[in-house]
Order: sequence, then structure tokens, then C-alpha cells
Amino acid sequence: MTATTLDQLKLRQSAEIVTIDWSSMSDAEGARLRALGLDEGIFVEKLHKGMFGSNDPIALKVGRMMIAVRKSHAMAITIDSVQAAV
Amino acid sequence: MTEMTPLIALAGNPNAGKSALFNALTGARQKIANYPGVTVERKSGHFALPDGRPAELIDLPGSYSLDPGSPDEEVTRNVITGQFNAERNLDAIVIVLDAANLDNHLRFALEVIALGRPVVVALNMMDLAERDGLTLDPAKLQDALGVPVVPTVAVRRKGLDDLKAALDGQLSRPSNTQNVIVPQEWDHGLRKQAQKIAAQAIVSETAGKRWSERADALFLHPIAGPFILLSILFVMFQAVFAWSEAPIGWIEGATEWVAAGVEANMPSGFLRDFLIEGAIAGVGSVVVFLPQILILFLFILLLEASGYMTRAAYIMDRLMAGVGLSGRSFIPLLSSFACAIPGIMATRSISDHNDRLTTILIAPLMTCAARLPVYAIIIGAFIPNTNVGGGVGLQGLVLFGLYIFGIVGAMLAALILRRTVTAGPNAGFLMEMPKYQLPRIKDIFLGLWQRAVVFLRRAGTIIFAATVVLWLLLTFPKVPLDSPMSQVDYSAAGRITNVIAPIVKPIGFDRDIALALIPAMAAREVAVAALATTYAIDAPDEETEAKSLTERLQSKWSLPTALAFLAWFVFAPQCISTIAVTRRETNGWKWPMFMLGYLFALAYAAAGITYWSAVALGL
Repeated sequence: MTATTLDQLKLRQSAEIVTIDWSSMSDAEGARLRALGLDEGIFVEKLHKGMFGSNDPIALKVGRMMIAVRKSHAMAITIDSVQAAV
Repeated sequence: MTEMTPLIALAGNPNAGKSALFNALTGARQKIANYPGVTVERKSGHFALPDGRPAELIDLPGSYSLDPGSPDEEVTRNVITGQFNAERNLDAIVIVLDAANLDNHLRFALEVIALGRPVVVALNMMDLAERDGLTLDPAKLQDALGVPVVPTVAVRRKGLDDLKAALDGQLSRPSNTQNVIVPQEWDHGLRKQAQKIAAQAIVSETAGKRWSERADALFLHPIAGPFILLSILFVMFQAVFAWSEAPIGWIEGATEWVAAGVEANMPSGFLRDFLIEGAIAGVGSVVVFLPQILILFLFILLLEASGYMTRAAYIMDRLMAGVGLSGRSFIPLLSSFACAIPGIMATRSISDHNDRLTTILIAPLMTCAARLPVYAIIIGAFIPNTNVGGGVGLQGLVLFGLYIFGIVGAMLAALILRRTVTAGPNAGFLMEMPKYQLPRIKDIFLGLWQRAVVFLRRAGTIIFAATVVLWLLLTFPKVPLDSPMSQVDYSAAGRITNVIAPIVKPIGFDRDIALALIPAMAAREVAVAALATTYAIDAPDEETEAKSLTERLQSKWSLPTALAFLAWFVFAPQCISTIAVTRRETNGWKWPMFMLGYLFALAYAAAGITYWSAVALGL
């Protein structure tokens, strides 16, 4: 699959973060994203959707943590090589 | 080396099990205070080093990085780097790591280790990591980090002796404080290094049981999740009323017993009246709430300790986003149903300034436990105890409606505030959801005990003082025997009330109510005590005095007045402690004054509209 943004990721699929558009968020937000393990070169898996199936926020598996991310941030994150999670 | 007790700090990512380790090391001998100037709690306690020397331990707020993202994290950074005036320099730091989450938690550890201070790493929650299919080699981690690494399971009290021994070794080592703050550009490098070290320390990794993920398949289910949350909240509020009935009866019984004892054993006179009508009646009417507050906190503490609270925040985020807030505001707002003070203090974890400010400003609109006595007495007196069908009582329905009224008011206020005074970009919602954990009963009871002490201290000081002052104002000067005026009208309080009464007359409040509103500024629940005191003093004879407050209210108030009184209490900022804590949390008088103004305006409008609508409807 080609490059897309994180908010397009399907449930139980995992993908590698290719780039993050740091300019779309404040420095503090960027630092927080990195502090929670979201960075370029990281693999993430989408674990859960939001209330009543919306994609805002979504729950991601990052390493061994589960992280909640809103759509606004997910849209700033480009992912590649979408694959079904094992 | 100095003769002083060594000061040791616990630091680490949120959810690394810091507090559990703190409880395990210090036991119940803890002191919670606030750092001066800032509003971050300073939790401290003592424990004995292997040679018997005492050491002081402080629990620093959880941090993801030394580059602070919230007021909490700023305190952690400043204490660790020794730039915090209110805290003496640390003699050693214990970095608490979640063993199952090394690649993320090591990042913060590397930052702290780079400072060159004496450090011991507690590789915590080893049991959970193992259950998760993870085998770690602490020795390899120790080699890679260059500081002692001790595996611990804080909740099971495992590894504590080894940790103390390692600390002892570090304390005797001279500290070379180089204070290197890792520059932000290193961020990516740090993460890579953390991942590399984590990979070295992990011996094997299998799929494990993943029961936490399976639980989330249910609790975070797009449809079932919100309904489960709603059910939990329903059970919680149900329990607050159902379970508290018996203990409330005991407290009331005890209050009467004390009052009767005083009456029987003291000569009648000023002191006896003061004790029975002022002190015992006033404090008793407040301590009655302890059961309800504790039940509410029991649920909140259990939800927090189990890890479910962050799921609730996740589920609620979508709704909160609708009014310009985030799911993070849900936890402080839920706590505010017990009391706005811990609620407002819990906003510290909200990193965005405007989000946090808005949450503080609307927190008093959540129906706190202190309003319950006011609601309960008015509803009991004026709303008929009829069944509206399906086993639902009208009284309960009205009470539920008042809660909803407060919530809707808060949401509307947030919506307007976020577009005006606290306008700013939407801050988003980034949050870690930790694995579920079985709460340790001892830790829960420790938390409950701390809340009970805080509440009773409040009842014993502010509320007691307010009740006593009101009683004195009502009792003096004594009305002359030949005067046609009543004692209340003649008293100092009555004269003060003459000024306020015309202001609240348009919203249906008479003088007695205006009088009750003054001491209720100290704490809402005092309103009930104040009405009771007023009517007790005003009773012309023994027979009237024996009538219950309910009966007296029924004979003195009209239904529209009672409804307006309820509406007033949904919005009015009737609590000095809330104002004080807002001042502390916002570092100034500007926001508490704004809060006071906007809430009084809302209360006045709501009471007025309620009163005149009710009159127009012929109620």
C-alpha cells in the first residue's frame, strides 16, 4: 500500500511512521508526541476506535504502550507499508 | 557529608508504579503538603536504610521528560536539577521504570542519569512484564546504564531491601552534579538509545496472555464501551445514596447523643446553648456527609488504580471535544462530584493552559457532595414522594435533574468560555492508557483515609468557625423583652441581612434565606445548618422548636421559593475553599474573581427565572 496518513489506518493493521509534520503542531505538542513514543521510524498498530466507531480519537499500540491520539494529530503523521497485524 | 537526613526522590514516567513504590517504602506515615507558590502536591515520608539511618523520601509528579509539558512536570524537573528553592538538594534519585515498557520509560531515565547525580533504577512491575511474556536481564540493563538496577514489584513489596541497599551504596558516593540538561534536539537520539538499551535487556519476548488487551476489547468497544461507562457511573451515584443511609443514621444518632449528654450534664445558660445550638448542631450537620464523600472517592480511587479512568477519559474525549475540552478534563470533573477542590487540583495533569483554566472554571458546576444536604432537605420538604412509574420516585428524579442541570450548565459555560476568555487552539488529546491492574486494597484505604482527614479538618475549622460566628451574630444583641421584634430580626445578623434582602427579593428569597446565604459562602452545606440555627433561635416556644426543619420550611416557604433556592445552589459559588484553591492554582486573584462573578450572575439568573416561571405556572 502507498503512503497515507495515520487516521486512515484500519483496525488491527500496523504501519511504520514515515514522517511527522512537526510544523502542524506546537513544539510542546511535538515533544509530547515523542515522549509517548510516537516518532519517525516507529511501528504502530491501531487497536481501538472511539465512541460509536468514530476515528477521533483512536487507540494505538506503540511499543508495549497503548496511546490515545486525536484525529488532528493522526492527520499530521504519514505512514507506510500497511500490513495486517499478526 | 552533612548530618541531615538524606533526601531521596522517586521519579519516573506516569504509570510506572511510583506511588505504589512510595507506599511500599514509607507505609502509612506520609505527609501531603503543597509546595509554596506552586500547586503541586509534595508527598513525603520516611523509611529506614539498611543500617537503620532514617531517610526522607519524596514522590515527584510523573514525567515523560525533563522538558516540562505541564506544571507538574516542571516541579519534577526543578527538584531533580536542584533549581527548586522550596526543596533542599536531593541526595539520591530512584528512577522507577515499568519493566514492560522499557523502550519508552528509558528515555526519561537516560535524561536523569545524564545529570550525574546518585541514581538507582527500580525496574518495577517485573511480575506484569513476565505475565506479558517478557523476560528481562537486569544485569545487562545495569551495564548499559552504568547505575545500579534493582528489580521490584512494589505492590507485592518485593525487592525493597535490595533497593534500600543499592541506595545506601549510592548515598556514600560523592555526587558530581554536572546538571546537563539534554537539549531538545537530542530527542530522537535519546529515543534510539533507549530502544537499543531496551533491546539489550530483553532476553526473550513471547506473545504472553494479553488479558489487558482482551479487557479493552470490551471496555473500549465502540458501542458497549460507552454503555459500560454509563452503567459504572449509575452504580456509583446509586451507591453514594444507598450505601450511605446506615452510616448517616449512626452519625446523626451520635450527634443527638452528644447533644443530649451536654444538655443533661451542663447547667443551662449561654455556654450550653452555644455548644448545642452552635457547635454540635453545626458540625454534626456537616460530618453527616462523610459517608457519601467517602463512597464517591472509593469509586474514583478504584477506577483510577485499576487503570479504567484513562479509558473513561478516552471514551469521553469525543463529547468533551464538542465543547472545546478534551477527555483529560473528564477525570477532574468526575472528582468534582465529590468535591471541587480535589477536582481542581487534578487539573494539573492537563498540559494545555486554556484547557486547564476552562476545566477549573466549570468544576464548581459539578454537583459536589456539599450540595447534597441542601438539595436533600429542600426536596424532602417540597417535592412529594410519589412514584412517576417504573419504580422511579419523583424526589429522585428531581435530584437527578439537578445533577443534569449542573452538567449542562458546565458544558454550555465551557463552550462559551472556550470561544471568549479562554479561547485558543484545540490542544488535542494525547494520553497513555496503562495496563489494567488489580488495585491494592491497602493503597485504596490509605487514599480514603487521607480524604477523610482533609474533610474532617475542614469541618472542624472553616465550617465550625462559620457556624459559630453565625450563631453569635444571631444571638446578640439580645432582643428586649418588650420589643415586638423577633430575636433574628433584632440580632446583628438580621441587621446585616437587611442590606442583602432587597437584592435577593426579586428572585423569591426572603430574609431568612438571605441570612443563610451569608455563612453558606464558607461552605454550601452550612446553608442547612444556618437555616436550622435561625429557626431554632427564632422558635417562640418549646413546641415549635421541636418541629423539624422540614416542617418549618414547609410552613415558611412557597414552592417557587424552594425551587429558586435549588436553582441558586446549582450555580452559586458558595464555597470559600474553592475560591482559595482556584487562586492558588491560577496564581492570582483574576480567575477566582472571574469565577465568583460569572457563577453569581448565573445563579441569580437561574433562581430568578425559576421563581417567576413557577409563579407564572401557578405553583
